[in-house]
Amino acid sequence: MLRNLFKFKGGVKPQTHKAPSVRMPIGEAPLPERLYVPLHQSIGGIPDPVVKVGDTVLKGQRIGAADSWVSSAVHAPTSGLVQDIAEHVAAHPSGLTTLSVVIEPDGRDEWLPREPVDYRALAPERVREMLRDAGVVGLGGAVFPSHAKLTAAKTVPVEHLVINGAECEPFMTCDDMLMRERAEDIVRGGAIFRHLLQARQVLIGIEDNKPEAVAAMKAAVAALGEDHEVIAVPTRYPAGGAKQLIRVLTGKEVPASKRSTELGVQCFNVATAYTAYRALAHGEPVVSRIVTLTGNVEEPRNWEVRLGTPMRDLVALGRAKADTARFLMGGPMMGFEIPDLAAPVVKATNCLIAGTPAMFPAPPPEMPCIRCGSCAEACPHELQPFEMYWFARARNFGKTQEYNIFDCIECGCCGYVCPSHIPLVQYFRFAKSEIWAREREKQAADAAKARFEWRNAREEREQAEKAERLAKAAAARAAKPAVTVSAAVPDSAAASVPSADGVALPPSTDADAAKRATIAAAMERARAQREAVQPKNTEPATAGQRREIAAVEARRAAVVAGTPEQADAPKRVEDA
Amino acid sequence: MIIALAVMALGAVVLGAALGYASIKFRVEGNPLVEKVEAILPQTQCGQCGYPGCKPYAEAIASGEAEINLCPPGGMDGVRKLADLLGRDAKPLDAEEKPKQVAIIDEQTCIGCTLCIQACPVDAIVGAAKQMHTIVEPLCTGCELCIKPCPVECIVMQPIAENLDNWKWKYPVIDIKRAA
Repeated sequence: MLRNLFKFKGGVKPQTHKAPSVRMPIGEAPLPERLYVPLHQSIGGIPDPVVKVGDTVLKGQRIGAADSWVSSAVHAPTSGLVQDIAEHVAAHPSGLTTLSVVIEPDGRDEWLPREPVDYRALAPERVREMLRDAGVVGLGGAVFPSHAKLTAAKTVPVEHLVINGAECEPFMTCDDMLMRERAEDIVRGGAIFRHLLQARQVLIGIEDNKPEAVAAMKAAVAALGEDHEVIAVPTRYPAGGAKQLIRVLTGKEVPASKRSTELGVQCFNVATAYTAYRALAHGEPVVSRIVTLTGNVEEPRNWEVRLGTPMRDLVALGRAKADTARFLMGGPMMGFEIPDLAAPVVKATNCLIAGTPAMFPAPPPEMPCIRCGSCAEACPHELQPFEMYWFARARNFGKTQEYNIFDCIECGCCGYVCPSHIPLVQYFRFAKSEIWAREREKQAADAAKARFEWRNAREEREQAEKAERLAKAAAARAAKPAVTVSAAVPDSAAASVPSADGVALPPSTDADAAKRATIAAAMERARAQREAVQPKNTEPATAGQRREIAAVEARRAAVVAGTPEQADAPKRVEDA
Repeated sequence: MIIALAVMALGAVVLGAALGYASIKFRVEGNPLVEKVEAILPQTQCGQCGYPGCKPYAEAIASGEAEINLCPPGGMDGVRKLADLLGRDAKPLDAEEKPKQVAIIDEQTCIGCTLCIQACPVDAIVGAAKQMHTIVEPLCTGCELCIKPCPVECIVMQPIAENLDNWKWKYPVIDIKRAA
């Protein structure tokens, strides 16, 4: 079955370096001493922790629940004790911290009772919910929650479902090994996605430098009697980009303004299909993933690693050589340097590369752009990197957007071919994050302005209402005393003091007496109120809190009884 | 001669009428420049410029009364943008530039006097008389207006720390050591 393949524009052919890490089968990484599971592992909302410090958890138990539709649950990777829920260094280029659940394994690795389901018997919405609650996200590296991609467009039926096994990034072999060893589960996962999207055809795209994976997938498709088509695509970076693979397999070009489902095509990574199948047919949520450990290590290999395992423990398995200077997460084209190996393996960690200065030499000094256009020829998205570079460098971010900087997938082809060694992608990342930051600031400023204006309007309204109330009261007063004054003391009209607004007041002696009576009454009311008051919110107080309250009350009583004139406000504040 | 004068006079009357009509029909309320200036200002409503809020300052700038370098929260970046918009020179900021801050109430010390609530221009403080007050951090603009009224000095400003949500990729810099 010869299939007419299409080409995407641009791309590069870097050395693949894939051979060392495929010599050994996937290994099972041992339990680390402690697991640090970040709650935020996917695009979208930050899951809320649903366990407490001191809880015992079982393997696969949910520890973070999805907080919105585009969000994904997080699970305990083994059984053990929740030691802490605290900030821990994240697998992120910044080395900043993120809220993580620290689990001390008990060594039993005991699963929560697993409940396999038949997805065909369930409503599609229910299946999507189950995938969300099982933490199934795109494991190619973008970690977008998969359930949110599993809805077909209303008008366009899904014609092609693309299962992405291209794995174009150098060094990386985790998808390759997964396809070789667990091909049948991937094919079954593809069938689940197909069922949910009602896709007409499933295309499995694999780069032709992985003949073993192609053969394994073909055998699995034949063994299961599915009609998925396994297609070897030419090796060319970045053929594994979703839009590029869709283009190669179907000839459809997804514009920036549209989702791929609007063109009747959707794309998932092979590892995502695998985890979706495990989640539904075995009831196993995503608690581990395959990670390639390669580069300058004694034993390059793929490991099935529990999420939350510190990278240091993983590196120890491969025994990094002495001259290792740094570690990259992801591949050399799109990955980033890990500032701290205490960072845990997360769902986005597909590859960890130990690097030496010889393997990844420091980039030569940046030279001026000579506008040769090599970057534009290499760009798989047909952008003009040299123009975007120019404006990003000058911090003219509006212009970079005019050149569609947000279509850039940061694949690194432009920087790879640049004869002036300009770190183009770094400029684009800088420009993108500046634009996002400005957008956030603008929104905050607009909100502040709206709140300020609303507050001013409210104050004006309150003032007007108060003035109206006062005017009414004054009018009422003017009507009443006029009668009483004229009736009681008709002769002493001259003695009554006319107030500012012309209201005649009663004579001062009567006024004083009345005032005193009112004050006495008010004080009496206040005293009664004070006595009637019962302390509030003391019901759920713990014994310790009650003791503290009692101590404070005793101190306060002593101060009030002993030296009332010294019990001024700051003193009491200090006591409290 | 007379015909020429008459034609010119008629033309003047017609065009004058058209202009007069246009000035009534297409009348713009307020100064459109004020809105453009206000869009650049950071809307902290802090009054550090000497005007009671961002809009009065924008009006003063637009009418040429005020300098453009009086807004510390806007920083040098804001001064540059205003200079671009108005065609004036970008003067150095008339105050020191501070990092973005947020106010924090020490809730143990707070006596519940509501003075800070009345001072907050964006209603970012919640609380009631004799009850603990607290600041709704996402709404706080860091204007510092709540610090002064507090009788027990329980409000402090804290710079907003870098976290994963506001972290940015840095401008690529050339490593001079390596290049030499």
